[in-house]
Amino acid sequence: MLNYAIRRLLLLIPLLIFVSLFVFAILKLTPGDPATALLGDQATEEAIALARAKYALDEPLPVQYVHMMANFFNGDLQSIFHKDNVLSVVLHRLPATLELGLLSLLIAVIVSIPVGIISAVKRNSFFDYASMSMAMFGVSIPVFFTGILLIYLFAVILKWLPASGYGGHFWTIEGLRHMILPALSLSFVLMASTTRLTRSAMLEVIHQDYIRTARAKGVSRFMVVMFHAFKNALIPIATNIGNQVARMFAGAVLTETVFAWPGVGRLAVNAIFRRDEPLVFGCVLLMAVVYVVINLLVDLLYGFLNPQISYD
Amino acid sequence: MLRFVLIFNVVLLLWFVGEAKTNTDTIVSYGIFLLLTVLLGVMQLVMSRRRKQREDDIRTAWDLMWRKLRRNKSAMAGMWVVTALCYVAILAPFLVPVDPYNMDWGAMSLGPTAGHWLGTDEMGRDTLARTIYATRVAMGIGLLAVVLNSLLGTSLGLLAGYYGGKTDNIIMRLLEFWNSIPFILLAIALMAALGSGLFNLVLVVSLTGILEFARIIRGDSQLLKKADYVNAARVMGIPNRQILRRHILPNCLAPIIVMATLRIGETILTIAGLSFLGLGVQPPMPSLGSMLANGQQFLYENIYMSIVPGSVILLIVLAFNLFGDGLRDALDSRITQ
Repeated sequence: MLNYAIRRLLLLIPLLIFVSLFVFAILKLTPGDPATALLGDQATEEAIALARAKYALDEPLPVQYVHMMANFFNGDLQSIFHKDNVLSVVLHRLPATLELGLLSLLIAVIVSIPVGIISAVKRNSFFDYASMSMAMFGVSIPVFFTGILLIYLFAVILKWLPASGYGGHFWTIEGLRHMILPALSLSFVLMASTTRLTRSAMLEVIHQDYIRTARAKGVSRFMVVMFHAFKNALIPIATNIGNQVARMFAGAVLTETVFAWPGVGRLAVNAIFRRDEPLVFGCVLLMAVVYVVINLLVDLLYGFLNPQISYD
Repeated sequence: MLRFVLIFNVVLLLWFVGEAKTNTDTIVSYGIFLLLTVLLGVMQLVMSRRRKQREDDIRTAWDLMWRKLRRNKSAMAGMWVVTALCYVAILAPFLVPVDPYNMDWGAMSLGPTAGHWLGTDEMGRDTLARTIYATRVAMGIGLLAVVLNSLLGTSLGLLAGYYGGKTDNIIMRLLEFWNSIPFILLAIALMAALGSGLFNLVLVVSLTGILEFARIIRGDSQLLKKADYVNAARVMGIPNRQILRRHILPNCLAPIIVMATLRIGETILTIAGLSFLGLGVQPPMPSLGSMLANGQQFLYENIYMSIVPGSVILLIVLAFNLFGDGLRDALDSRITQ
């Protein structure tokens, strides 16, 4: 398994080269250049030339690319607007996004898996219909609309929770108060899709012979559902959660915008708007790495879920 | 049933004929609607002639699918809403009470009133009119992007599955790489690079999720290429291109339709998201995403500015998802999610 993990991590290298080349190409395609964006229209020619030299914008493109890559990993790549190097700017913002993502993942899993299991076991019951309709709403509602509705309900009308901003880590009370609404709205999509998937995965398993055998042998209903059926339904559920994490990035960018959350998503969006090329480069690269690592973790999880899967 | 739709269309055509020449917008809309009605008419004619020619009661796969779909209530509800939304989108200029760009300085940031059924925004523009136009924009871009996306995904999946080996490896690895770039950032960067126009928006959005599409089609064509009739065709010396087009593609049609329908809702969400960030449809052109972004700023004064566009996005996406789910159940049970 270690071998497999190492091999997968090695695959990161071509991936990073591909992603970075691509992002670099897009950045260079974009009309205008960061020097003029930084100095404004009134800047003198000399000032612009000076700025271009400072950020190595006057070198040939391949040289610029190699510089950018090397400097990014050395921690020498300077952001244009934040007076700091890109790596530390991004790493400084990363915890807020990861906390938000983690909390919403937690909410989604805690709610959706039991609901999905009960829906499958009590198929065609009122509970099943109600939860499936809710799930359908959940996959159809835009994250930012959920966010706005939650703000309106809990911050404007009820005044229970703050409307936006970051209050600290989620294990502090103030931090949790700030994080509940964004985490809830971000978790909605994942919650809905996981509920649907848990239900269908359970339904597929629950009609198989070994389940009937277990019941016939006198194993209690609860034990059969949890240990015979659910354990086998977990693989598609884990796959779905892994896939959805990628979508959560997209959701995170929007959620961070709605709630003025100081995370990587908003950092990246602002960097693009301000034409902070090095920072865009860093953000995208880092997000790609996080994405790959999460997918690797999901793949490794399969081994625990199904011992028949071997990694060679 | 198609007959009733036709009659309805003709009634609408006659109803709006007076207003049709108001401006270019109405002329174009009227023309498109006329064209669609004629197309529907031709379809109806062909179908009824075929039905007459067929004496025995043979049911094709499509008949069976349609019967299965018709029994699914939520799918039918979704279909009707989608149909209604298509009417709204095409006939937008005839349905709006006032010009969506018209600013009424005497009625700014209102809730629902007699003059403005769904209220106005902070510049006194009618929310209902803007929502109708935004629905049109969303549906148009969404459908176009999904068509492009399906074409890309299908052709790459077919090539990878049919040729296998190195081609398969290259295509699938590239798509996997492509998939690992967080899409929203890619889209934002691309929109910044290409400039924000409607055409660019369609292009960028159609590049998402090709991998999932290609994977399904690849699996199907891998199976199909082992079928006897494909082998027979190959032995007969029919070139690969023709085998792909005439034997493999038609058999992949069901999953393509299902995936494309399910993709529409998602695409409309993506477009709304980009517009919400200010990168999609540019003002003053109304779009549901930017209306919501605008509404959030006036959350304390006027909730209707957020509720209306948000609910419309929800309605559109929900309708497409319900319809798509029904189609999936009727056509193809292998595609989950």
